[in-house]
Order: sequence, then C-alpha cells, then structure tokens
Amino acid sequence: MASHSSHESVEKEIPAPQTGAIWKTFWILLILTAIEFVIAFTMPANTLRVAIFSGMTLVKAFYIVGEFMHLKHEVKTLIWMVLIPTLFIVWLLIALIYEGGNLY
Amino acid sequence: MSVAHATPNVPEKLTWMGGSEPLKASYGKLMMWFFLLSDTFTFSALLVTYGMIRFSQPAWEGSPEDFYFSTAHWPIPEKVFEAVPFLHGMSLPLVFVGIMTFILIASSVTMVLAVEAGHRGDRKDVEKWMLWTIVGGFTFLGSQAWEWSHFIHGPEDLSLAAKELVDGVWKPIEGANLVRNPYGPPAFADLFFFITGFHGTHVFSGVVLNVLIFFNAATGLYERRGHYEMVEKVGLYWHFVDLVWVFVFTFFYLV
Repeated sequence: MASHSSHESVEKEIPAPQTGAIWKTFWILLILTAIEFVIAFTMPANTLRVAIFSGMTLVKAFYIVGEFMHLKHEVKTLIWMVLIPTLFIVWLLIALIYEGGNLY
Repeated sequence: MSVAHATPNVPEKLTWMGGSEPLKASYGKLMMWFFLLSDTFTFSALLVTYGMIRFSQPAWEGSPEDFYFSTAHWPIPEKVFEAVPFLHGMSLPLVFVGIMTFILIASSVTMVLAVEAGHRGDRKDVEKWMLWTIVGGFTFLGSQAWEWSHFIHGPEDLSLAAKELVDGVWKPIEGANLVRNPYGPPAFADLFFFITGFHGTHVFSGVVLNVLIFFNAATGLYERRGHYEMVEKVGLYWHFVDLVWVFVFTFFYLV
C-alpha cells in the first residue's frame, strides 16, 4: 500500500487547494444577501431603500464578476471592453425608469 | 513579441491568426465573454422593460398592512411570494426566494472550486465539485418549478384574489396566466413569467453544459488534453447565471 501511494505521487503531484479567496467571497455574498433581507423587513419602502438595494446588488455583482469570473485579474483592456457597454445599459435603465414614471 | 523579431521567416500576421493572445485570454474564453456581454443586453432589455412598466403603473399608496390584490395597482412582491414548500398556510414572505438565492450562490462557489481544482489538474476534485454544482442547479430548477406552479394556482383563499368584471358581476380571478392574474395588472404576471422563465432556461442549459463537462472530466478527456480550460469557460457561463439572479432577486422581489 505504501509503495503504491508513493508510486502515484511520483507520477503526478497535485498541489494543495488554494481556496481562501473563494470562501471569503462566498461569505461576503451571503452576508450581503442576509442584510438585504433585514432591510426588506425593517425599512419602509422609499427611494433611499431602492438606492441601498441597488448599491448592495452592485457590490455583489462586483464580487461575482471580479472574483468568481476572474475579471479583476484579467488585462485592463478586457475589463473595459466588458464595463463600458454595461455602463451604457445602466444609463438606459435609469433613463427609462424616469420616463416610465412620467407616463403614469 | 518574439515572433516578429527573432524569426524573420515567420510572417507577422501570425499574431492575428492565433499566434498570440491579444488580451492574454484564450480564444474560447474571450468569445465566452463576448457572448455573455450580448446575453447581458438581452437580460437588461427585460429588466429595463420591467422598470419602465412598473413605474408607469399606479403603485400601492397605503400602508403595507392594508394592502389587497387588485388589478388597479401593482402588487407588493412580498405579499405575492410568501409560501414555502412543506410549510403550508404559513406566511413567510420571500423566505423561499432567499433559499433559492442561497442555492445558486452556493453552486457558484462549488463551480469556482471545480475551476480551481482544474488549475491543479486534480481530476477527482473537479469531478466532486462539478457534481455538487449539478446538484445545486437541479435543486434550483426544482424550486423554480414549485414557485411557478404555486404562482399559477394563485391564492387558496379566493376572497384575497383580485377581481374582474364578468357579465356585470365582480368575480375573483382564479389562477395566473399571461392574460389575467389574481395579484395585480396583467403585466405583473407577464414580467414574472418572462424574466424568471428566461433565467430558468439559462439555468437549464447551464446544467446541461455542466453535465457534459462532468462527463468529459470523469472519462479523462481533459486529463489527456492536459488542461481543464473547458471547466473555466462553462464556469463563466454558470457564474453569469448566478449574477443575473442576483439582479432579478433585487429588482423583481425586493424593490
């Protein structure tokens, strides 16, 4: 048995997992979602609450895209290629919600 | 860089024929990013539509305690989504959606763990974490099927349902579809079906891809190939699905 396992380790050495950053991101996402829940039931619905929810969602998006999708560690050009079109969408979103409010 | 200077007999255009990676990302990963960007446009179109329609409809003006379902005003989401499987009759607003969010975030984590295992060439770990990711995906799909069926059935107590005028008499609306629903204006159910349905379809195709990747990893294809890049590419797609749900959760259920 011992000779067998040593033989295997010679053939391919598998490094130990490096998962610290992954779990840290997981806890951040989990805690942010929990806080969103608390706010949903303790704070009256108003513009400030919508702003807080939107802000927290953007922070969650930052961690998912930056860490899980690894974009934070890509080349700057690639980061901007993804970010700039997204910024235009946010602009469109805000503009249309504003216009929708005027329709009513 | 060295292609152009060190070897004069190699034409420079090789750089643009896959000779080098302009953004230090492989062709497959780059194309996945561009696909996801285009998919962002599609989902944004749905969310922008939701925002515009919701703000163009009358909102409930009174206090949340006095709220009732009517086609005359937009429903408060936590009054609509308050049921949890096996806890029949209890009012637990948004708890089930919260559980679904947790499931998807957790399966996103197992996916990164699979990618990380792929970097180390650890086939056993890739298999293990891909399996957990698949389990998470199926659990989410099952939860969404339950959520849909509950939504379509409508409130058990028909006196709570919104009413419609049938032959001069106001009658409660039974069951939700694209034309009418017991919660509020028709557009509310339409947007619910389209947004969560489009997202659910993405989760489903993600699970199919995950199963394929698991199969390829388990049969040793990636080990023979020498790298686990396919796990990374499908991982990008899976995280994107999670990302979209984070936005759906906030803007459809919370706000």
